[in-house]
Amino acid sequence: MDKAVQISMSVNSEAVNRTVEPRQSLADFIRNELELTGTHVGCEHGVCGACTVRLDGQIVRGCLTLAVQADGCTVETIEGLTESGEIADLQNAFVTRNAAQCGFCTPGMLLTAAELLVADPGASREEIRKHISGNYCRCTGYQAVVDAIESTARSRLGEAS
Amino acid sequence: MSGLTIHDRPNSYIGRSVSRPNIRRLVEGKGRFTDDMSLPRMLFAAFLRSPYAHAEIVTIDTSAAEAAPGVVRVVTGKEMADVCSPWVGVLTHLEGLKSQPQYALPIEKATWQGEAVVAVVAETRAQAEDAVELVEVEWNELPVVADMEMALDEATHVIHSDLGDNLAWQREFATDGIDAVFEAADQVVEETFHFGRHTGVTLEARSILSDYDSSEEQLTVYLATQTPHMMQTLFAKHMGLEDHRVRVISGDVGGAFGIKVHSYADEYATVALSIMLKRPVKFIADRLESFTNDIHARDHRITARMAVSQDGEIQAIDYDDVTGVGPYSVYPRTSGIEANQVVNMTGAQYACPNYRARTNVVFQNKTPMCQYRAVGHPILTALTEGLVDKAADAIGMDPVDIRRKNLLPDDGYPCKSPTGMLFEQLSHQESLEKIVQMMDYETLRKEQAVLRDQGVYRGIGIATFIEVTNPSAMFYGIGGAPISAQDGATIRLDAKGNIIVQTGVTEQGQGTEAVIAQVAATALGVTMDKIKVLTGDTDITPYGGGTWASRAAGVGGEAAAQAGHALRQRILEVAAIMLQADAATLDIQENVIVDVADGRERISLAEVGRVAYYRPDTLPKDFQSELMVTRHYVPKDYPFAFTNGVQASYLEVDPATGIVTLLNHWVVEDCGTVINPQLVDEQIRGGVVQGIGGALYEECLYSPEGQLLNGNMADYLVPMAGEMPDIQVAHVESRTADSELGAKGAGEAGTAGAPGAIMNAINDALKPLNARVTRQPFTPERILQALKTV
Repeated sequence: MDKAVQISMSVNSEAVNRTVEPRQSLADFIRNELELTGTHVGCEHGVCGACTVRLDGQIVRGCLTLAVQADGCTVETIEGLTESGEIADLQNAFVTRNAAQCGFCTPGMLLTAAELLVADPGASREEIRKHISGNYCRCTGYQAVVDAIESTARSRLGEAS
Repeated sequence: MSGLTIHDRPNSYIGRSVSRPNIRRLVEGKGRFTDDMSLPRMLFAAFLRSPYAHAEIVTIDTSAAEAAPGVVRVVTGKEMADVCSPWVGVLTHLEGLKSQPQYALPIEKATWQGEAVVAVVAETRAQAEDAVELVEVEWNELPVVADMEMALDEATHVIHSDLGDNLAWQREFATDGIDAVFEAADQVVEETFHFGRHTGVTLEARSILSDYDSSEEQLTVYLATQTPHMMQTLFAKHMGLEDHRVRVISGDVGGAFGIKVHSYADEYATVALSIMLKRPVKFIADRLESFTNDIHARDHRITARMAVSQDGEIQAIDYDDVTGVGPYSVYPRTSGIEANQVVNMTGAQYACPNYRARTNVVFQNKTPMCQYRAVGHPILTALTEGLVDKAADAIGMDPVDIRRKNLLPDDGYPCKSPTGMLFEQLSHQESLEKIVQMMDYETLRKEQAVLRDQGVYRGIGIATFIEVTNPSAMFYGIGGAPISAQDGATIRLDAKGNIIVQTGVTEQGQGTEAVIAQVAATALGVTMDKIKVLTGDTDITPYGGGTWASRAAGVGGEAAAQAGHALRQRILEVAAIMLQADAATLDIQENVIVDVADGRERISLAEVGRVAYYRPDTLPKDFQSELMVTRHYVPKDYPFAFTNGVQASYLEVDPATGIVTLLNHWVVEDCGTVINPQLVDEQIRGGVVQGIGGALYEECLYSPEGQLLNGNMADYLVPMAGEMPDIQVAHVESRTADSELGAKGAGEAGTAGAPGAIMNAINDALKPLNARVTRQPFTPERILQALKTV
């Protein structure tokens, strides 16, 4: 096995120092070393999006990113976004619209949606559907998810105007 | 006590779209899935899996693996069999169904690619997986039975020589004189349908953490399952323990759809490893292990015909089915049920008395098949509705008109299908008229015609369906399976006036806990915030069947309703003593004891709790309060509560690329009482999209050598947000009189009807091009083949 590597990063605004194997994925690191279990592992191929986290402000696949690649970076997970209140409106919309069923895809879905809400709060339903197409949901059929993102976007636009 | 039924209670939650009490933790990343659990001294299991579809295990050398870093134990089939006994997936009511004893790890040979053969337990998952690479197995490859069509040929290798042949089960049903009906018919249409083998792809893979405490002979299994009590009984049986020494805990489950209603060899193996090692052992399937071990479903080839008169009377249906179910019938529900459902229900929405069905269920060297969401319904609905459309076309009748003419009349119930399915009250005609209005059928037809002239090929497809829900013991128990048809609810008042409900039905995201809370709150007269629902733990919930066959709301909900009524009566008895009133003059409304006559508030529920628990000395000596009650329920008057519905699809086919674009989708569904409209609609929508997955994208592709070619989520396609349409849902409510609640199931209707509607819409679009498709999934390639452009 490759020699363990010391890494340090900011995770949800907390400084973290750990020694990891170079092969460990960021998703496994977050779940197993930091015990932040809100990030889920679905396909381990970078397809399903359940492991989506933020790395230096950009969403990435936690299963395709190595923990060592996050050395010196800022990582945000669903726990951090919940704590900061950044997506409280979106989370409320998910609750009200029942946009989560089993909830396994939900944290990743929320991180992906949060990105769109900042980049393009005027996005159409079609654009919302396109944006979240990298996040698989097997339960909802997506309509409720699109509704929740759309209503959040509209109310953010309303507040801004 | 007021004599009101649950439908007349004041401040009722029945029919209200209240939010699920357990959804908030899921959106905050605080779900409690099995892989989120860790226990002290926990070890991790990984499995060496067969690289061949069929191969004899000649020798196994585990020495290098045993010496690898972190490895605690390496176990082969022989050692495993000392702890875990084998099983046979048969049920007596499927007469003649046979299967071979299956071991947690096979001893002599592997019979499908991906079957677990050797278990490695290590301190970390990575170490266990590393050590699996070091296990040396000498294999002797055996002839592979891949093609189900050839499984019964003389020349084909018999997978289990003890069984004599590769026929797992056969059923034939025929009404008298059917050949004469076909001979005399004005028109007979014929078609061969292929249904692609696919799987559930739960986003959370199968997950298990098993812990054995030898000091108490106590096995605790954290398991992502729909059926905790069934798994308790099975683990106990095969590990040689008593049931009460086994506790199964099912926390949040990340998608199930029937995938997590079965028992799996690698899960038995994980439990056995924890018993051998007397330590917690965790196994989380990776995605390849999921694709090669989660049950597959729907692999059928059906050749069918329908007789129809020139004026549109459907006179007879006849089909021949072959389905390949893998090398074993899956335990304990068996792999005969899907084919059996197709026999039982094909054509049963129509007043067609002449029917024949023949099915051969065969063994093959592929992943075992078993029940997946809507079991059999997507097949029998597409088969029936594909024939109806073809028959309508043959006699020049509109697809809606032929259905109007032949669907069972709404005033003709109760009635029986040719195979004896008993229908209490369905609403086919009303549902059809409703969907015709919703979609504005006539306008859509005009639009379609205009666009065709412009070279745009759009299609309209309709599929009516029935769905079996709320099963009695006729489904499994009668055949000897340890699967509870009844379910229970225990309800108690705590000392502060809150209500705790323990239920035997389980939650995998459908909203079970919300529905149970709504029913209990309504029956009692309390607000939702006062209620806590506990599910998924065999030590604390009443014995029950769990969630499958769309039974949670209808069966578990009725138990909660009856328990709620009983507890309300007990509470009112205490209140009556405290108030020196007659209990019959009191009721509970919004957490307060009130006078029935004028609604005047008397005392709070919290006050009743305080007196009953802390000051029983103030109650009469001959009175004992009993503020915890349990009630059970099982459907009795009807073996199954059939539901019905209709779906319609509007789509466009691009003849140049073969790509199908879904434009709109409508559903009218009748599940009886709609307890929570939002949750029901979302079950329908999610189900429709899963049905669309099977119709357009999903297929487990195998090589002739029995190798799964697309066992990852990049190559196995599932519906994505960008391709799915919005889905319009409406309801008709024909309550079942079998329960006070009147609710039937809603979880599978979407999946049951969608593939048939999509198929008919594609064929409607292709009609002017003289092309048809009947092989699911309808990929662009298959559509182009039908158009003869490739």
